Amino acid sequence: MKVFGLLAVILCGSLLLYSTGDFPDWGDKDSPANTYLSPHYITKSLEETAVPNMVTAVLADYRGYDTMFETTVIFSAGLACFFLLRISNKKEKKRTFYRHIATGIILHIKEGGKIPEDTSKFTQIDSQWTPNDLIIKVTCRMIIPFIQLFGLYVIAHGHHSPGGGFQGGVILGASMILFAISHDLRTTRKRISEKTAAILSTTGVLIYAGTGLLCMLFGAVFLDYSALAWLLGSDPIMARSHGMLMVEIGVGMAVMFVMIWIYYNISSAGKQEEGL
Amino acid sequence: MIWQLDTIILTFVIICGIGAITVKDLLSAAVIFGAYSFLMCLLWAIMGAVDVAFTEASVGAGVSTVLFVAAVFNTKRRSKD
Repeated sequence: MKVFGLLAVILCGSLLLYSTGDFPDWGDKDSPANTYLSPHYITKSLEETAVPNMVTAVLADYRGYDTMFETTVIFSAGLACFFLLRISNKKEKKRTFYRHIATGIILHIKEGGKIPEDTSKFTQIDSQWTPNDLIIKVTCRMIIPFIQLFGLYVIAHGHHSPGGGFQGGVILGASMILFAISHDLRTTRKRISEKTAAILSTTGVLIYAGTGLLCMLFGAVFLDYSALAWLLGSDPIMARSHGMLMVEIGVGMAVMFVMIWIYYNISSAGKQEEGL
Repeated sequence: MIWQLDTIILTFVIICGIGAITVKDLLSAAVIFGAYSFLMCLLWAIMGAVDVAFTEASVGAGVSTVLFVAAVFNTKRRSKD
């Protein structure tokens, strides 16, 4: 069986390598993609959309329909993780380890023992491995605002520099994942609960689709942002630029909260009690 | 595109790819996969696709590695059956 697999891999690989010889060269100006479509984007995208970064112009405006369904794919990934992994933890509540905050002493509460109620003195900790490392917590707490600021910059400045909704959303989501790793999952779920993550990721997709529907409402085709000129108080060309920003915000929201949602479900194996 | 730099990075990509599937420890495989993503990010940047490189760096080398590590932490050393 192994030999058969190796033969299949070698056959497919050599076929792929053979067919790459027929591709046009890297940066070939006579290749089919570069003869009529790319020159239009390169020469016209600035005057048609007022966006200097033509990658953003192509992604969010000319190929906006594609990007909408990419966002939907990400959202479906989060939804699939939720449906596959999430387990209800109503029945078993094994809260057994507590830390006294002032002294750092760890209490192990046996079955039937009294669980400390005063949460300002005791904090519940994970049962497997919980170092109470002050340096990591403080460092992450100081880094996270700057990461989030950079994420917002990447989303808002995607028109002029590399970046956009996807990258900025991932950076924002990663900042919350860093918070979850440096503290624990319970603290993070107090900040952003699972319900919030789910609702806001749906809102992100809805903002994208809603922008498209708004364009239809103003009498243009789906996702033709120039129709929003009256609403945004600008001329049709700047309206396309602003419409892209609206769409990018939707993408960023969806991606950020889907990343957090997936992390919640994967790190705790669906129970959402104890994470990494 | 500088061909020497290209060759070096492509060699490392292949080494990382082979390493990720041959190494026994799942955690090291996840980390090597992160290194693979980062080298691919360098390749995209060399080819001038800065947006793709940015995505690869944030998604491939950043979040997906964390998700892999989170999944590996929920596995056990030996299977139950």
